[in-house]
Amino acid sequence: MTLSLEPRVSPPRWLSAAATIGAVLVALLAGGVMIAIAGGDPIKSYVHIVNAAFGSIGVLSDTLVKATPLILTGLACAIAFRMRLWNIGAEGQLLMGAWGASAVVLVPLLPSGTPGVLLIPAMMVAGALAGAAWAFIPGILRARLGVNEIITSLMLNYVALSWVQFWVFGPWSEGGFQQTRTFPPEAWLPRLADFAIDVPLFSGLTVHIGLLFGLVAAAILWLVLERGRWGYEISLVGDSPPAARYAGINIGRTVILVFLVSGGLAGVAGMSEVTGVIHRLTDHISPGYGYTAIIIAYLARFGPFRVVVASILFGALILAGREIQPSGVPAMIQGFVLFGLIVAEVLVKYRVRIRRPAAAAA
Amino acid sequence: MDLTLVLAAGIGLGTVLLFAAVGEIFAERAGILNLGVEGMMLVGAVTAYSTAVTTGNAWLGIPLAMVAAGALSLLHAVVTIHLRADQVISGLALTFLGTGLARVLGEGLSNAGSIALLPRLTVPVISEIPIIGPIFFREQSVLAYVGYLLVPAAWYWINRTRPGLNLRAVGERPSAADAQGIDVVRLRYAYVLVGGLLAGLAGATITLAVSPGWFGDLTVNGRGWIAIGLVIFAQWSPIRAAIGAYLFGAIFRLILDIQGLGSILGAPNPFGPGRSATFFLEMLPYLFVIIVVVAGSRAALRRRLGAPAALGRPYVRGERGA
Repeated sequence: MTLSLEPRVSPPRWLSAAATIGAVLVALLAGGVMIAIAGGDPIKSYVHIVNAAFGSIGVLSDTLVKATPLILTGLACAIAFRMRLWNIGAEGQLLMGAWGASAVVLVPLLPSGTPGVLLIPAMMVAGALAGAAWAFIPGILRARLGVNEIITSLMLNYVALSWVQFWVFGPWSEGGFQQTRTFPPEAWLPRLADFAIDVPLFSGLTVHIGLLFGLVAAAILWLVLERGRWGYEISLVGDSPPAARYAGINIGRTVILVFLVSGGLAGVAGMSEVTGVIHRLTDHISPGYGYTAIIIAYLARFGPFRVVVASILFGALILAGREIQPSGVPAMIQGFVLFGLIVAEVLVKYRVRIRRPAAAAA
Repeated sequence: MDLTLVLAAGIGLGTVLLFAAVGEIFAERAGILNLGVEGMMLVGAVTAYSTAVTTGNAWLGIPLAMVAAGALSLLHAVVTIHLRADQVISGLALTFLGTGLARVLGEGLSNAGSIALLPRLTVPVISEIPIIGPIFFREQSVLAYVGYLLVPAAWYWINRTRPGLNLRAVGERPSAADAQGIDVVRLRYAYVLVGGLLAGLAGATITLAVSPGWFGDLTVNGRGWIAIGLVIFAQWSPIRAAIGAYLFGAIFRLILDIQGLGSILGAPNPFGPGRSATFFLEMLPYLFVIIVVVAGSRAALRRRLGAPAALGRPYVRGERGA
C-alpha cells in the first residue's frame, strides 16, 4: 500500500478555511487526550478556558490585553515568514523593545516630568529601534554572509533575556528585587478603565491603547503587503529568489529591511507590555509571546487581519491556561495546533490517494 | 584554576551536546532538517528522570528516553517525508510539542527527591596518560564513554561503509540514489529516527548524569539549539561536532566555575551569584554559538562545501530537482 499526493490545481477557497478550523479542532482533541492521560478532565478544562477568557466583559478585556503583544509579534513573524525568512527571535526583540522603552524613563533619556504626549511616542520609538537593532544582527548576517537566521535569531533570545536580567538585577534594580521602579504615570498607556468616570461601563477594564497599536499596524501591513509593490517583492523573494533577482530586486537589502520591520514590530510589543500592563521592567514580562507568535503567524497564513483573530484565540489560551493543571497544557496545545495546521496545509495543497499495490504489477 | 580540571568537568555537558549534534548530523545527512532537537531532548530528559524516580533504576531511564524522543521524531518524519511539509516549520512544531509534553509529563516532578546517578568510571592505565587521561578517562560518567565510542563509529559509518555511502547519496542526490535502487523514503525515516533516539539520549544524559532534577524548560535551556548550531559549525562531520561539543561543555563549566569564585584578583567576584554581571557570563555560550555558526558558514562558503545538497527538500520520484 502506498500513499501518493497529487497536487490540486486550484484548491477551493472554503477548503483552506475548513482545513484550518479542522486542524484546530483535531489539536484540541489531541490535547484533551493528553490532559486525560495526565489525570485531568479535558471537558472541564476546555469549558474553564472558554469561561475564563470570554465569560464576561472583564475577562474579555484581559484576553485582549494578552492578545496585544501577540498581535504585534505575530505580525512581526508574519512579514518575515512571507519571505521565508525564519525570524524566530521575536521573543528577544520584544525583550529588547521593552528594555529600550524603559531606558527612556530610567536612564532617563528624557527629563522626568516630560508630558505623556511626548514621553509615550518617545518610548515607542525607542522600543521599535531597540527591537529593530536586535533583528538587524541576524538580518545582516543572513544578507551578507549567508548565515542561517534561525540559529542566530534564536540564540539572541537567550542573550536578550540575560541583558534584561542584568539591568533589572543591577543598575535599575529597585531595592535588590528583580524589577525596576514603577514608571511615572505619564509613561503609562491609557486604559479603558481610565475613562470610567465618563463611561461607567469601562470601569475595571484593562484594555490599553497598545491594542490600537496592534490594529493600526495590522492595517498598515495589510495595505503594504496586499496592495503595495513592496509586498509583492517580498512574496517574490520568498517564492523564488532567482526570479526576484531577474526582476531587479536587491535581495540582501530586502532581507535586512524585512528583519528591521519585523524587529521593530516586536519591539513595540515589548514597549506596549511595560508601559501598558506592568508599568515597570522585569525579566518576566513575556510568557513566550515571541514563540507563540510563530504559531499565530502560521495559523493566520501570514495575513495581517487573520493574525489579529488568531492572537485573540491564543491570548485566551494563555490567559485561561494559567489556572489549568497541568501547567504545560497551553504549550502542548500550541504544539498540536501547529502540527495540525501543517497537515491541514498538505491536505489543501494535495489530494491524498492511498493505492494498494496492483496484483498484476510486474 | 587547572585547565585540565575544567576540561574534564566540561565533558559531561559536552557529551549532551555531542549526542544531540551527532543525531542531527545523521538526519541532515539524509536530507532532513530537524529543528525539534530541543523538544525531543526535553521529552527524553523528563522521561529518563521520571523513570529513575519511579523505578529507582537510572539505567531503565535511558532506553525509555530514547524511545520517547524517537517516537516524537517519527512524527516529524511522517509530516516531512510523506506529507512533504516544510521541514523548518515542522521542526519548530516538534519543539513546541515536545516542550509542552515535557511540561505536562514533568508536572510535580521538580520536587520528586533525589535519584541515584549513573556510575562514574576511571579507566585503569589510560587514565594515567598525561593531559588526555585526567581530562577524558578519570571519573567520567559511563555515558561519556558511550560518547567516545559514538564519534569514531559515526564517522566510520558515514564515510567508510556502504550504508553510509547510501546515506550520503540520499542527502545529496536522492534521485540518483533512487535510480541506484536505494529506498530513499525508508532511509530518511531511519535516520530521522536515529536523530530522535540520540536526542533522547542527550536529554537522558542531562537528568541522569550531569545535573539530576527537573527544572521545566530550563532543564535543557536551549542546548538543543546549540547542538543544531554545532552541526553547522562542524560542517556535518561527527569529529568536528565532537570537538565543538566538548569545547562548549568546557565553556559552560568554566562559567559555573567563575561564578563560584569568591574573589578575582583580590576584588570581590563581580560575576558571583546574585551579582548582576553574572548575566554577561550567561550570555557567552549563546554568543559563541553565533560566532561559530558564522565561522562555519564562511568556511563552508570558501571551501564550497556545505549542507547536504538536498537538505530541507522533500523527495518526490519523477519531479525535477536534486
